[in-house]
Amino acid sequence: MTSHAPAAAGRAAPASKARRHPLLHPAAKAVLFALCLGPLAWLVWRAFAGTLGANPAEAMIRGLGDWAMRLLWITLAITPLRQWTGQPTLARFRRMLGLFAFFYASLHLLAYGWLDMGLDLADIGRDIVKRPFILMGFAAWVLLVPLAATSFNRAIKALGAKRWQVLHRLVYVISVVGLMHFIWMRAGKNNFAEPAVYGGILAVLLGWRVWKKVKG
Amino acid sequence: MHFLPQRDGQRIPSSDITPRDVYDSRRDWLKTAGALGLTGLGLSGTVQAQTAGPGKLAKLPGAKSAVPGGFALEKLTSYQDATTYNNFYEFGTDKSDPAKNAHTLKTRPWTVAIEGECAKPGRYGIEDLLKLAPMEERIYRLRCVEGWSMVVPWVGYSLSELLKKAEPTGKAKYVEFTTLADKAQMSGVRSGVLDWPYIEGLRMDEAMHPLALLAFGMYGEVLPNQNGAPLRLVVPWKYGFKSAKSIVRIRFLEQQPVSSWTKAAQQEYGFYSNVNPKVDHPRWSQASERRIGEDGLFAKKRPTLMFNGYEPQVGQLYAGMDLKKNY
Repeated sequence: MTSHAPAAAGRAAPASKARRHPLLHPAAKAVLFALCLGPLAWLVWRAFAGTLGANPAEAMIRGLGDWAMRLLWITLAITPLRQWTGQPTLARFRRMLGLFAFFYASLHLLAYGWLDMGLDLADIGRDIVKRPFILMGFAAWVLLVPLAATSFNRAIKALGAKRWQVLHRLVYVISVVGLMHFIWMRAGKNNFAEPAVYGGILAVLLGWRVWKKVKG
Repeated sequence: MHFLPQRDGQRIPSSDITPRDVYDSRRDWLKTAGALGLTGLGLSGTVQAQTAGPGKLAKLPGAKSAVPGGFALEKLTSYQDATTYNNFYEFGTDKSDPAKNAHTLKTRPWTVAIEGECAKPGRYGIEDLLKLAPMEERIYRLRCVEGWSMVVPWVGYSLSELLKKAEPTGKAKYVEFTTLADKAQMSGVRSGVLDWPYIEGLRMDEAMHPLALLAFGMYGEVLPNQNGAPLRLVVPWKYGFKSAKSIVRIRFLEQQPVSSWTKAAQQEYGFYSNVNPKVDHPRWSQASERRIGEDGLFAKKRPTLMFNGYEPQVGQLYAGMDLKKNY
């Protein structure tokens, strides 16, 4: 299944095509990179401006978590979108999006550990064991680490494309664990509206894959 | 100075915040002045000026309360934070929702029905309730079960003042509070988040405790809608959700009422819900709390106090009780 191989298809395209296709523009990746940094810049700006609300630490932690999840969902949407829209070139952005999901997840974890727990590792350890939703979030991040660590081209060669692919299918597990983290967090206040939206989108993204597989 | 009304939507620069030691020394001076009887010579106005709201709502001044524990000497949460960071699910589940949506609530006319095990049930109009007892200002710590806290200057009088008028019978063991649940005025009531109307309850002796406050105002003004206008309960030694907002019915009961949160998640929100750092919520520790508006993003959390620091006043209510079991 080529859809799981790293995206390098765009690079081989002839220059004449690049002019016609905005996704192949040399600056496309740079633009996406800047876009992905946008939410972080916005959160940091609001922190400095003092407009993160009455509980800035909570707003920061939640904002970073929201974007980790959104970027992971966007990453998962690349393959279906590619097929629906007939734009195979979309694949060249997938790795960057996945890495940004990891980047925001890491900042989310750091913000929790720092702003919420005061970087007290013993306290954080106890919290992870005690609070299932924290455990879920932490597990999702831990599972993301090997994916981020093997996201460069040489890792594919070293692992072999087949094993690399199997490893990177962990992303499906991670997305479900991440969603559980979110649901469990909101369960405390009986407030499932937002998790339902994320859950619905994820159901479509994963359901599409299952449907494809079944249809062969 | 941090007690003064804030410019709309702006944070007070840290340079404007009175250093803690200056603040404390002024408080000490006020206490001394009070002890010397100076407050009677017009200086009591200083206390009121400290707790003024932005002046957008009707004034509701209160005399400094003499109830033990009723006047916490702590830095007040800014009016802006106390009125924009709220849990009031009838207006939405986001903390910012109540401030956005509660303008649709009509607080006049307003009546509170008193029912159940009492000799004199009846209905009180809000105007009667406002005149029922002298208004007191009380500065209470408010601890939410979610792990954050505020310090709010409330205006009202002890709930017992009203309850006594109804002459509860010997059968009255509990008091139940019901919040307004009107879809037309409260956008959140259409959601199925809770089983409306919002119900909360207290044991009779808790309800009669002088610290249990029937509040009509805060920061020297009437309550903003998002904070529970026109009248709410404030039970400072319990988690915030025990303090029902926008109350329309008070009922004396022989049996322990089932509160909305107990109904929604019994294992998480017990009937007592006393602030207790030693009894964790099933999904998070209650040992510490974040004081809202304190030192910004990198503020350290502070340890939570037993009964939210009101143990000397209310501890005896729970003598011999297992507070792990009766959470």
